[in-house]
Amino acid sequence: MTWGWSLYIGILTILNMVALWWLLWWTGKPRKGMAKLGEEMDNTWDGDLKELNNPLPRWWLGMFHGAIVFSIIYLILFPGLGGFPGLLHWTSAKKYTHETTEAKQRFDPLYQHYYAMGVAALSKDDQALGTGRRLFLNNCAMCHGSDGGGMPGFPNLTDSEWLHGSTPERIEETILKGRTGAMPPWGPALGDEGVKQVATYVRSLSGQQVDQTVASAGKARYMTVCVACHGPEGKGNQMIGAPDLTNDIWLYGGSQGAIEASIRFGRTGQMPSWEQRLGKEKVRVLAAYVLSLHAPQNP
Amino acid sequence: MAAGTQDWYNDKVVRQFAVMAVVWGVVGMAVGLFIAAQLVWPGLNFDTPWLTFSRLRPLHTNAVIFAFGGCGLFATSYYVVQRTCQVRLISDKLASFTFWGWQAVIVAAAITLPMGITASKEYAELEWPIDLLIAVVWICYAIVFFGTIAKRRQPHIYVANWFYGAFILTVAILHIVNSAEIPVSLTKSYPVYSGAVDAMVQWWYGHNAVGFFLTAGFLGMMYYFVPKQAGRPVYSYRLSIVHFWALISTYMWAGPHHLHYTALPDWTQTLGMVFSLILLAPSWGGMINGIMTCSGAWDKLRTDPILKFLVVAVSFYGMSTFEGPMMSIKTVNSLSHYTDWVIGHVHSGALGWVGMITIGSIYAFFPRLFGRPQLYSIRLVELHFWIATLGVVLYIVAMWAGGVMQGLMWRAVNPDGTLTYSFVETVAAMRPYYILRFLGGIMYLAGMIIMCYNLIRTVQQPHTVSAPSLIPGAARA
Repeated sequence: MTWGWSLYIGILTILNMVALWWLLWWTGKPRKGMAKLGEEMDNTWDGDLKELNNPLPRWWLGMFHGAIVFSIIYLILFPGLGGFPGLLHWTSAKKYTHETTEAKQRFDPLYQHYYAMGVAALSKDDQALGTGRRLFLNNCAMCHGSDGGGMPGFPNLTDSEWLHGSTPERIEETILKGRTGAMPPWGPALGDEGVKQVATYVRSLSGQQVDQTVASAGKARYMTVCVACHGPEGKGNQMIGAPDLTNDIWLYGGSQGAIEASIRFGRTGQMPSWEQRLGKEKVRVLAAYVLSLHAPQNP
Repeated sequence: MAAGTQDWYNDKVVRQFAVMAVVWGVVGMAVGLFIAAQLVWPGLNFDTPWLTFSRLRPLHTNAVIFAFGGCGLFATSYYVVQRTCQVRLISDKLASFTFWGWQAVIVAAAITLPMGITASKEYAELEWPIDLLIAVVWICYAIVFFGTIAKRRQPHIYVANWFYGAFILTVAILHIVNSAEIPVSLTKSYPVYSGAVDAMVQWWYGHNAVGFFLTAGFLGMMYYFVPKQAGRPVYSYRLSIVHFWALISTYMWAGPHHLHYTALPDWTQTLGMVFSLILLAPSWGGMINGIMTCSGAWDKLRTDPILKFLVVAVSFYGMSTFEGPMMSIKTVNSLSHYTDWVIGHVHSGALGWVGMITIGSIYAFFPRLFGRPQLYSIRLVELHFWIATLGVVLYIVAMWAGGVMQGLMWRAVNPDGTLTYSFVETVAAMRPYYILRFLGGIMYLAGMIIMCYNLIRTVQQPHTVSAPSLIPGAARA
């Protein structure tokens, strides 16, 4: 803050305080021509509205003065008068740093211990899983659901489909670095008929009942445009996050319409990176928790 | 009689505003009740965009503050300024324009807000074409009000008019500064401010809307209707001077307490906090003057439910203005901010203070405005008083208890440093409190409906006073 602004703020603040004080003094003193204390003033409005000239209540005056005195002391100690930092040199940034440092000192040893245990051991440790669950509920549940069941566009973490792999290393990487799922739009290249054919073929991959002629036309197109990522058998590719199309698990819906929309317009999924926010230790605990969600179905 | 017809007060515009205050009160509170119900039963938005909480909440706040409160302030200020200045409003046409213009603003708000057309500034959601209309209506209001004061037949300006005047003048400035925006289409604009400055301007506006719209204006009401109803002089002329000037100079600084622990610079937050603390004294100055005016007439509280409304309103004013400074203390704020405690605080002011002082004032002048001998039923006023009081108490106690619980749950930390509760668990824990709040809301709205019935029956009584009241000074002369 420039000293000009600093002065402007400081002077305005002090002027207002002084003005309040002056106001209390000026109104409190008796003046010539005014009714005696406790008596009615001369004016009458609307027939019967009068005013008494009662003194300011002492307890109220005390409270008022007390508030001003407190404020001035507070403004001497804390930042308030423009650029004057206050005698205590308190800032909210320092307070934040202090609190986070304190929290780190208190909690870091625990998470370093967890980190050293490794994901496999953590996913069998009830206490660590409890911590993981709370981390999950406060950071992940808004997209993946409180039970990890996901919702359209946000992967279900309890089923057998893993877009980017289910090894502890891959899960940790997913959480630490985030992932971007990118299905390109094929509508312009395939045309309406082509989109319909390919969608029909894709449905047939997971055993849905489809029109075989349409599906075989779709297969020919599939083998030219889709095969690169989803593979010749539609098994997907976890290295690039291309989903398996044969297991009847659908991130964006498995109906003819939903699949056509996915092909025509493409899809973009965004898993954010948590490294900055949580740190690698907490991410390891989270990875263990995510694995434990998955374990019952896939022992 | 010296007074010709042109000397009669313009009570037509007062009647119009008074009736619409009651109508909009019922509408605004009904919307409030509906969104309170949505917080208990979320399915009540029926997956319909214009029925969602996000669109109806601003409709509720705009309707109760600017439609109910606004019409109440227009009605009483026009009523009071004529009688305490002993002149008719300077222009009937302009006064009539303020009525129809203000109703147009309200109707436009009621249409655009559910459509999702919003400037996204709290209590200033309306888009720029409506903002312009508000500015024009408000300037006309100022011309009528101050013009009437200028040609008063009383040497001194009555204290109620200082407060009404400060309210009118400041709201004009607040509205124009905070609504400075760049239109990009008929229904969309962007504020000229950005970032922390935008936030600060918004809460400078927001808190002074509380200070000047919801406080100064209604103190004007208090200074006329409390002494009238109690039949006693205003307790202290000196106190009224001090608390007026202290109130208006201190309120101006208090806005930053809405932005504690944000990107707002530390010095701004500190100033917001200390001036909010000082604000307790001028606020209580008003409360003392209101309540002590009844001294010597306390017996009337037993028999006069209108005076009960007024006195309880002033008591709620005192309570809210104690709670406000307390919540502005940073340490307290770190618990209360973003919780439903804030909603409880606002409603102890809105239902308790603003609502009840308006209801009391309308009961007080309504028969006289319509030339009827008295209200249809004082017992119904008594019933309204008790049902409204219990409703407010239920509402704010539920929100205090629930809000403090919510704040404590948000900050609860496990030994491993993780948060004890996820957000959705705190939402689930609020449910019983939301149900209690909903019940409180039902009671308050029921009171308003009783009021409607009582006022309709009052007007249905035969005329006994042949004409609206004359200028007392002229009649005596």
